[in-house]
Amino acid sequence: MSVEFSFLLVQALSGLASASSLFIIASGLTLVFGVTRIVNFAHGSFYMLGAYVAVTIVPWLLQIERSPTLFFVGVLISACVVGVLGVLMEVLLLRRIYKVPELFQLLATFGVVLMVQDAVLHVWGPMDIAGPRAPGLRHGVMILDQRFPAYELFLICAGPVVLGLLWLLMHKTRFGILLRAATRDRDMVGALGVNQALLFTGTLFLGAFLAGLGGALQIPRVSASAQMDLSIITEAFVVTVIGGMGSIGGAFLAALLIGQLQAFGVLIFPKITLVLVFLLMALVLVVKPWGLLGRPEAAPASAMPEGIASPRRFRAFEKLMAALALLAAAMLPLFGDAYAVKVATEVLIFALAAFSLNFLVGNGGIVSFGHAAYFGLGAYASGLLVTKLGMPMEPALIAAPLAGGFFAALFGFFIVRLQGIYLAMLTLAFAQIAYAVCFQWVEVTGGDNGIVGVWPSAWASSRIAYHYLVLVVAVLGIFALRHVIYAPFGATLRAARDSAARAEAIGIDVRAHRWLGFTIAGAAAGLAGGLYAFSKGSIDPTLLGIPLSVDFLAMILLGGMQSVMGPVLGAAAFHSIKDVFMPFTDHWRFFLGASIIALVLIFPRGLGGAYAALRARFSGGAP
Amino acid sequence: MTLLVVESLNKNFGGVVAARNVSFSLMAGEILAMIGPNGAGKSTSFNMVGGQLRPDSGRVVLEGQDITGLPPCAICRLGVGRSFQVAQTFLSMSVLENLQMALIAYAQRTRDMLARADALFRDEALELLDQLGMADAAARPMNTLAYGDVKRVELAIALAGKPRLLLMDEPTAGMAPGERAALMRLVAGIARRAAIGVLFTEHDMDAVFAHADRILVLVRGEIIAAGMPEDVRANPEVQRVYLGTSGLRAALRARAAAHG
Repeated sequence: MSVEFSFLLVQALSGLASASSLFIIASGLTLVFGVTRIVNFAHGSFYMLGAYVAVTIVPWLLQIERSPTLFFVGVLISACVVGVLGVLMEVLLLRRIYKVPELFQLLATFGVVLMVQDAVLHVWGPMDIAGPRAPGLRHGVMILDQRFPAYELFLICAGPVVLGLLWLLMHKTRFGILLRAATRDRDMVGALGVNQALLFTGTLFLGAFLAGLGGALQIPRVSASAQMDLSIITEAFVVTVIGGMGSIGGAFLAALLIGQLQAFGVLIFPKITLVLVFLLMALVLVVKPWGLLGRPEAAPASAMPEGIASPRRFRAFEKLMAALALLAAAMLPLFGDAYAVKVATEVLIFALAAFSLNFLVGNGGIVSFGHAAYFGLGAYASGLLVTKLGMPMEPALIAAPLAGGFFAALFGFFIVRLQGIYLAMLTLAFAQIAYAVCFQWVEVTGGDNGIVGVWPSAWASSRIAYHYLVLVVAVLGIFALRHVIYAPFGATLRAARDSAARAEAIGIDVRAHRWLGFTIAGAAAGLAGGLYAFSKGSIDPTLLGIPLSVDFLAMILLGGMQSVMGPVLGAAAFHSIKDVFMPFTDHWRFFLGASIIALVLIFPRGLGGAYAALRARFSGGAP
Repeated sequence: MTLLVVESLNKNFGGVVAARNVSFSLMAGEILAMIGPNGAGKSTSFNMVGGQLRPDSGRVVLEGQDITGLPPCAICRLGVGRSFQVAQTFLSMSVLENLQMALIAYAQRTRDMLARADALFRDEALELLDQLGMADAAARPMNTLAYGDVKRVELAIALAGKPRLLLMDEPTAGMAPGERAALMRLVAGIARRAAIGVLFTEHDMDAVFAHADRILVLVRGEIIAAGMPEDVRANPEVQRVYLGTSGLRAALRARAAAHG
């Protein structure tokens, strides 16, 4: 009995230790969001940088003297270095994007994530780097009859100490009072003559400092690795969303909840702790859409939405271009080599996926940050049916949109209850659930390695025959979705995007229509995923990952999300560029990140916008 | 015939009373004005009738049917149209498309994925715009309109659903004085012809006293007076808390203008 109790106690304590660490990181994220209204993807990168800087300078300091003081001095120096990097990011990037739509902000900060990943690999190399253990805290402490690491006990205290210091800062200093005021009402603080630029820069220093501190404190527990950023950022998102974005107290509460859920969840459902965490988030958001201690966002002011306005029919010239593009795709096998055919097949598949995403984002104003989930689930449905049940390709391909649509309906039921940034976070969370299940359920999905042997039926097994199959299916899919955009249902989604209050007041059940739209887009993405599985011959969890979701977003950004056909153009341009340049560089991610940022800053309307501007100039009309 | 019965609605926002025991009724074809200083709870009461807010307690009954707490889309389908204090329209669409959208919703064809939206209900949409003098602007993008015109289009959108009850939250805010009078005359004419019950809030006393059949005075969430315009104007408490002397003069002027 006492053994069991002591075991549970130790389990609870280790839950507290991870809660503490998580809180330190999440507090910075929520602080930055509260003031700047930007959800900073790069916060995870700051955490990673904190760990890397610490594993570099702490051992160096410990060579001078192995004292606990120097260890913690090293940790604080690392956090300060990261804080300065945060200032750099604010001055160089964030300052330019405070006023742009949320999606662009998210993408731009994700661009920073990509750049930092490659920079870290360049500076520190691909190997994980283990950090030194903290002098004076290397021993274990006996708690009842269980050994518990002293460093974990220290971490348990660190969280509340940071919370206390933040409270003092927020209530006893002028900077903190301004921070709180800005969280409440940013414009008002600006109107009062406060130097906003300085306030925002200071906030980013503090936020990045906390992320760096969180990372640096982890070095005795985990090695610094180039994958730390994305895994921590999803957890930190979950904490801030559950706690209420902008609420530090909420983040503390949420971190405690998640820490305990993970510590005990691992005893009951060892494989699905991640799923438990995300389910908690979904549940909280359904009951309290603004998180535990969050404040409702004021309804967005009526502003011209960023997305498809009234879609026009094709003019003669555009019909000609579409016909030529189709002809080129159809003739390609006659003059292109096998590699060109492969790339063209993939472009068609991604065009369908990107088009389905823009059906949501551009047409419906529903910013999905996890669209790859439905693509990947379609691919897994096809792949598993073929390899595990021995089904032929044809029914497996039909199952792909059904799977994508089914899961989009299931996740969408929760997602469409939210708006804006909360909605984007929930799409991301559900995508991570799906990713985690595919990753962890090794017996069925093959885990990290995935499954090979997903081959088409004999008649479609040649590259060329499969290309034609994809051509027919993808083009039909795109034109069907395009038709829906022009139909009353598409117009209804635009109406709900422009003004949900007005749409409701003329009798439109906004939630039901968004749900249906989400399901349709998920089904189309699932179909694309099924096609992709057979073109590759394999499936693996990266098909559901955040990077692929961001690729899709980059495609519609490049193509222009306010144009109906832009995403097709964007998919073609993005995939071709990636295919041409990736073999030549070890720093593809760095270029991709920089390009996304450049797109957001100087080319936000993409190729479609450039075309519209050109046409307006030549037809003499206003754009 | 009694169109709308509102029975002791209450609403608190974190301890602040926005509505306390608000009760009133409205006949078909009647025009009822709700007045009161800023923050008196006018919009709150409106939103509880329109379904945008759920009351803490109390009942809203439309033609004998309890509609308390129904979502706005359901309330709209039962015959309630409304305009908002800050006009809500579909900014990315043209004026005509705004009306077409409202008519598509009224015809319950919002899930139609086959038809072309831009070909549906054009004539009906133009007719509605014509009624409000906006037919010439049909092709213009909504976001290029002056605010007064936006308000007019919003009213046309609300009328597209053939409402039996029309809720208008400050219909003439942001309009020039001449425009205001014209718009109110127009609304009053439409309402009387089609026997639409109208509930509106307004800060412009000219509009209120010229067209309202009855007036409710709301102060700090409570109705402190209700009745015919003359009675309300004569009520000393109303004069004290709300109208003041300049408001009183405006009321007299408006009455004189409307009744020759």
